[in-house]
Amino acid sequence: MRHLLSTQELTRTEAIRILDTSAQMAATQSREIKKLPTLRGRTVVNLFYEDSTRTRISFETAAKRLSADVINFSAKGSSVSKGESLKDTALTLQAMGADAVVVRHQASGAPHLLAHAGWLDAAVVNAGDGTHQHPTQALLDAYTLRRHLSGTGLEGPAGSRPDDAAALGADLAGRHVAIVGDVLHSRVARSNVHLLHTLGAHVTLVSPPTLLPVGVGSWPCAVSYDLDGTLAGHGHHGGVDAVMMLRVQRERMSGSGTGGGAFFPNPLEYARKYGLDARRLRLLDEHAIVMHPGPMNRGLEISAQAADSSRAVIVEQVANGVAVRMAVLYLLLAGTEDTRTATDTTIERATTS
Amino acid sequence: MTSAETTTYVLRGARPLGGDPVDLVLADGVVARVLPAGAAPADDATVVVDATGLVALPGLVDLHTHLREPGREDAETITSGTRAAAAGGFTAVHAMANTTPVADTAGVVEQVWRIGRDAGWVDVHPVGAVSVGLAGAQLAELGAMADSAARVRVFSDDGKCVADPILMRRALEYVKAFDGVVAQHAQEPRLTEGAQMNEGVVSAELGLAGWPAVAEEAIIARDVLLAEHVGSRLHVCHLSTAGSVEIVRWAKARGIDVTAEVTPHHLVLTDDLARGYDPTFKVNPPLRTAADVEAVRAGLADGTIDIVATDHAPHTREDKDCEWAAAAFGMTGLETALSVVQDTMVDTGRITWADVARVLSAAPARIGRIETGPSAQGRPLAEGEPANVTLVDPAARRVVDGAEQVTGSDNTPFQGRELPGRVVATFLRGRATVLDGEPVDPAEVGA
Repeated sequence: MRHLLSTQELTRTEAIRILDTSAQMAATQSREIKKLPTLRGRTVVNLFYEDSTRTRISFETAAKRLSADVINFSAKGSSVSKGESLKDTALTLQAMGADAVVVRHQASGAPHLLAHAGWLDAAVVNAGDGTHQHPTQALLDAYTLRRHLSGTGLEGPAGSRPDDAAALGADLAGRHVAIVGDVLHSRVARSNVHLLHTLGAHVTLVSPPTLLPVGVGSWPCAVSYDLDGTLAGHGHHGGVDAVMMLRVQRERMSGSGTGGGAFFPNPLEYARKYGLDARRLRLLDEHAIVMHPGPMNRGLEISAQAADSSRAVIVEQVANGVAVRMAVLYLLLAGTEDTRTATDTTIERATTS
Repeated sequence: MTSAETTTYVLRGARPLGGDPVDLVLADGVVARVLPAGAAPADDATVVVDATGLVALPGLVDLHTHLREPGREDAETITSGTRAAAAGGFTAVHAMANTTPVADTAGVVEQVWRIGRDAGWVDVHPVGAVSVGLAGAQLAELGAMADSAARVRVFSDDGKCVADPILMRRALEYVKAFDGVVAQHAQEPRLTEGAQMNEGVVSAELGLAGWPAVAEEAIIARDVLLAEHVGSRLHVCHLSTAGSVEIVRWAKARGIDVTAEVTPHHLVLTDDLARGYDPTFKVNPPLRTAADVEAVRAGLADGTIDIVATDHAPHTREDKDCEWAAAAFGMTGLETALSVVQDTMVDTGRITWADVARVLSAAPARIGRIETGPSAQGRPLAEGEPANVTLVDPAARRVVDGAEQVTGSDNTPFQGRELPGRVVATFLRGRATVLDGEPVDPAEVGA
């Protein structure tokens, strides 16, 4: 793995390797001393063209816990707004000796360009590009799903018995995940559909027709306009093991964004038909978990009862995000080198000490 | 009269429209004689061009060229663009109006026309804007442009759609007074806000905002009905979808006076090329699907689509070396158009070289109303006709390299591709603008 740009590029083996490495990383994070020396002397640049405090601090935390030097490069605007071009920024980072560039950009494909235009030797990690991909979000979602939907995780009430031992090395074969909301504009949905499919899970996208892309029929998933029916197990894939709610951007309601016109009549109607509320929560099987990539619009796509229920693993997703991003940086920067043995030993020592 | 224009050329063994070899004698600006191959006499004052195996075509006419001057001379000038046109086998181009300032007054179109005439590579026929500043609000002075020295007959807001139906109706009606035509860039603006590429399977995957086929088709459907209602002439620019072909086919069957063009790139390239996020492949209308490519080829073969026009759209490197969403729309085309038509239509047996002469010369000249008069274009290769001739070697193959092209920009979507056919010579009213595949500077020749 040279870069992490899209979950579509990941094989099942690669994905499981990342998830297993994430588990090792997570184990180190319950120690009092959380910092590992693995990436000492390496430089990770967080290149953020979009505001995203959550994702940036997650990557920053991950890099620092691996002892990398972290540079935060907040590049407001882009060549669109006549700032420095992406090319010149990339050449600058190259000159400064960046080993990895974590990029968040409003333009779909910008990380692909950074990785392949020949401007930069660094490993490129896509931290969300336009409405294209957000692979580390999908990986942390898969990691979270795997903990809760393996072994004893499937027994008893949702979220009560995550099973890391059973999860290790496992995929998500046969599990059913419903992804609900604004699929059209969601890089999270795109990333998850492909990764979950690669891991053997069934996916149902649930959305009003206006928020599904033309061409969704070619995706490896089922599509439904009916949230109640899907949650009750009446859909193509039967009962759901997890329901993932997507954030609805405010501008989608007013039609103030690009694309022309509002995508649904008003927030009330959206919540009524596609919001996860207390009643819909009761349609789920006992073991089914509730996820959200954050930040949430409480009362719109998810009610307070759902967000705060024992089924919700939303806060855990944030914690898992750090472990997954540690694993990704580790595998990109140290995973194929001779230092690997030493690093593994380090992890082992940290795990068992 | 320069000395070059009085040079007599014998094109020995050329095959007019791909037919049997003849000798074409070009003298005093016209095709003086058409003789059996080898029969034309050659003396010291005659330049003999060995045209054995070469196809002779009437000089090509492009109805859709962006020369960028005035305003974006960093991408292309009238001189560099028309030199590229000559290199591609053209003897006339229609220069689109979306310059800075916009070609929406007699002053601007006359300036473009004069610079083109002085450059001497091809005849430059400025296209006039339909609306003031391409703003789609108020009719530009179409009559003044028509009456100017540039004698504008084609009007277009190309780059933008004349979306307001009442403005479109008025324009269609108004140009009847001077036998003009409105060339529509069919793009429903509300359906394409922020659009980046064809809406479909690939856009869904790439997360790039979609440009749906219906946004083109809805405007074409409206416009053919408007043209029928007011009894005017409509030209559809760069038609790109299977649905558009169907609508134009229907309109023609109904007797509506509509013509349509397809670009070379829409004859061969598909939206799959967006997968690498290389903005070289970003163009408007966008590259469509393989089914659309097949439909426009079929439409060109059966005459539904009248012409091939390049939509040559040069852009500076910085406008393409960036994020897809930030990049400019457009690709160059003058120097690859004939090769792409040969590759997709002739070598596949769908049309003949006589059809190539029709779709790349006679028909565009007729639509632009330049098929008669002192600078007539798109004429047959017959004795007494203007000596606008292109010689192409259909057996040659070449690998396209943007850096080696004559145009001022290197945004060719065919970079690294091998294409058939090579323009060996181009003659504008008997004067060579290209010989041995190399442009011949008119200033030097004329000196």
